[in-house]
Amino acid sequence: MSMSQSANDSAVNSIAVDINGRREVLTATPDTPLLWALRQHVGLTGTKFGCGMALCGACTVHLDGVPIRSCVTPISAIAGKRVTTIEGVSGAVAEAVHAAWVALDVAQCGYCQSGQVMAAIALLTESPSPTDEAIDRAMDGNVCRCGTYPRIRAAIHQAATALGPSVPASTARERR
Amino acid sequence: MKRRTFLAVGAGLGGSLFVGWALLPPRQRLMPGTARRTPSGTVALNGWLTIAADDTVTVVVPKSEMGQGIHTALAMVIAEELGCAWEQVRIEHSPVDAIYNNISVVVEGLPFHPEASGPLVRGVKWLTAKSMREVGVMMTGGSSSIVDCWMPMREAGASARQSLVAAAAARLKVDVSTCRVENGAVVCGTSRLRFGELAESAVAHRPDRVALKAMSEFSLLGKPVPRLDADAKSRGIAVYTGDVAVPGMRYAAVTLSPTFGGTPREYKADVVQRMAGVRAVVPLKGSHYGDAAGVAVIADSWWQAKQGVDALAVQWNEGQHAALSSADIAKTLRAAALAGKGFPFRSVGDARGELTRANRVIEAVYEAPYLAHAAMEPLSATVRVTKTSAELWVATQVPGLARAAVAQITGLDTDQITLHQYVMGGSFGRRLDVDFVAQAAAIAMAVPDTAVHVLWRREDDMRHDSYRPAAVSQLRAGVDAQGRLTAITAHSAGQSAFQMTNVRLGIPLVRFMPDRTTADGTSDQPYEFAALRSAHANVSLPVAVGMWRSVGHSHQAFFFESFLDEIAAALTQDPVAFRASLLQHHPRALHVLTLAAERSGWGQPFAESPGMPRRARGIALHSSFGSTVAQVAEVSITDQRRIRVHRVVAVIDCGFAVNPNIITQQVEGAICYGLSAALDGEITIANGRVVQGNFHEYKPLRMSETPRIETIIVPSMEVPSGVGEPGLPPLAPAVANAVFALTGTRLRALPLRLPAEESTS
Repeated sequence: MSMSQSANDSAVNSIAVDINGRREVLTATPDTPLLWALRQHVGLTGTKFGCGMALCGACTVHLDGVPIRSCVTPISAIAGKRVTTIEGVSGAVAEAVHAAWVALDVAQCGYCQSGQVMAAIALLTESPSPTDEAIDRAMDGNVCRCGTYPRIRAAIHQAATALGPSVPASTARERR
Repeated sequence: MKRRTFLAVGAGLGGSLFVGWALLPPRQRLMPGTARRTPSGTVALNGWLTIAADDTVTVVVPKSEMGQGIHTALAMVIAEELGCAWEQVRIEHSPVDAIYNNISVVVEGLPFHPEASGPLVRGVKWLTAKSMREVGVMMTGGSSSIVDCWMPMREAGASARQSLVAAAAARLKVDVSTCRVENGAVVCGTSRLRFGELAESAVAHRPDRVALKAMSEFSLLGKPVPRLDADAKSRGIAVYTGDVAVPGMRYAAVTLSPTFGGTPREYKADVVQRMAGVRAVVPLKGSHYGDAAGVAVIADSWWQAKQGVDALAVQWNEGQHAALSSADIAKTLRAAALAGKGFPFRSVGDARGELTRANRVIEAVYEAPYLAHAAMEPLSATVRVTKTSAELWVATQVPGLARAAVAQITGLDTDQITLHQYVMGGSFGRRLDVDFVAQAAAIAMAVPDTAVHVLWRREDDMRHDSYRPAAVSQLRAGVDAQGRLTAITAHSAGQSAFQMTNVRLGIPLVRFMPDRTTADGTSDQPYEFAALRSAHANVSLPVAVGMWRSVGHSHQAFFFESFLDEIAAALTQDPVAFRASLLQHHPRALHVLTLAAERSGWGQPFAESPGMPRRARGIALHSSFGSTVAQVAEVSITDQRRIRVHRVVAVIDCGFAVNPNIITQQVEGAICYGLSAALDGEITIANGRVVQGNFHEYKPLRMSETPRIETIIVPSMEVPSGVGEPGLPPLAPAVANAVFALTGTRLRALPLRLPAEESTS
């Protein structure tokens, strides 16, 4: 792991990170947001720019499995960590979410959907059969201007059903 | 020849030529002016589809995909008439060509009442359609895409089908009547020839007469076909403008004058020029396309460009509008509305006279603020300019005008400019303007031969929008001694979005035409009033206004449908029964109204549960873009005095439902977009500046406040009409009417805010 972080943010550094299971060396100033490193240095354009202030969630990726806003996460904060983007997310939950998104025709313009899908995968990984209130809490940071919210909610429930009841009901109740 | 005689002869000759031209039938919309270049093995049977050797059918779409699902819907139209398998279908954006000019939006936008159908009206519409085929523009907007493409694309599919059948019959030496299409192949007896094998020879068999399928034979149209882009958009692989990596591309960020008409006075160009990655600091003059003056920074990455912009520390010349405020604007609009002047768009009977004779006059003043479009994808465009050419990568609703803007800024001819169109991360009317395209061209000229991707920050997008106009309307209703409604007058005031947009786009002549869209929503509704006067006064203000989802309907529906509720209340009539009494000769609208009442449980008690806040229902009905929508909203008031919408039942009659799945999506989307505006949408002006910059200040609807939405589509075999916008206008008045039913408080201004002091009894 090579990481030479300088106190001077304008100095260009090389920061090594694991992105979608591949080791990438990002050569940029340490204050560069992960979003722009992904989009312009690595060429992963599925993660979108919406607000630049962590207000809309279009830039949501997973950092060690936890959803974060990549537009306000400097690459200096992610050295040695595991980044998963919409292009690299996989597994049973990701497949169920993706299948539900297509089956219910969630997307309209689609611009926010990478972030929505990443937020939904994180939610279902943490809480396999979320209540409506849990969905509200987990998804409220992800803005959609086309108004796909009713279908996002339905798709999350459908994905949860497809994944089956793997968590005791008491745990689900606790999370309410 | 004397000058006067010369002019008279000239006018006479011109006139006869015009009459001669006018009598000719409109030109076809099947074959483009320039033959389509296709990869080898792929055949363009007309301007709307190509067929590849592997049977892939590529539908050529002139309409922009901004989320409304139009690419799927238009592909269905071709696939239906052509008879190919749905799995064979692909989509490609069309080039700019006159056959793709949007004719319907202009014809439907003529200042006629929707029900006017005399010979003069028909003649003007026919001539307008014919003219737009020649001199119109390609445009996606006004909920017109299906209306505009319905016949040309059905004909294109049918013509191609007939060509393929004729080619198969010729090859097999059988009569065409023994052949039929089946899932992408022509079947003649026991022989089966795939479209891919026939396409080349089919070119020579274009039919003289196109034979359309009967609507009753449709097997794809009318079905809830899944969207073609659903998979790509949920995997993050749909390509938007900003996702295109042009080799050697640089990135630009901009900072634009915070005041209307301001200019940069001084900034630290030297400092920024020396920053890492910075290639150029470019002063921006702005242009008539609407792009403000400012400064751009071009760098190796957008983050570097954005940091460069932040470091410029621009000092601005504020210009002459630096004192402008929302309060001043409201005062101006109120005065103009109350003056009662303005252009009368509809006069039925003597409405003003009836008011003077009325036993009782009900009167109210309604207000609506400016609104930003705030699509999820901030505006962007990529341009590369060389000495002899330019290339433009963009998502635009007006590709021909975008190309023309690049031509004008660069001094190149339009045929030297290549345009690559992408899907949009939302638009809602914003990308009818080409300010950001003109600006990107100006920036790219600073670094010739290099592609520059110009991307606005959210704050640039929010503060340099073409806003939904703020508006004020004075509504009055007369009631006679028997308690009957005798007349309504609606006198509104605001800026003309249509005129300002067209002036920016370089079509200034429309300034001299009354802008019907300003009064859309009052002048054109199906209600049968004994007397009605609908007038609008255009007000000139420095704030840029533009086309925002549903245009004039977006606020006029709130004014008018709220006011109708006020009248119903004043006459102690049920809001549904009152509206029904005004729709006795409009069976389609009446059906929409009664179905909404029925499905929403109108008049029924709510299923109560302990601790549940009291609820009430409100209804609104509105016709726009050829369609009629009624909505019933169920609301309660939270402990924080915030309006909570729990459920919206929406009924839409949009004629034949091309794809019920996409129509439902659009109604849901329009309700969410409308609710966003109704609850929180407000752009304010202070010290000549737009106050709101990002989503913490201009608050979008979020998941937790999204109601349950039930959409009912009225089955119909009428010609399809608009879908993208008609679901929006009735939302705000339905909610406001429900708030009145619940609290007795009539909210007459958007966004809807309950006064803190009142109780909810």
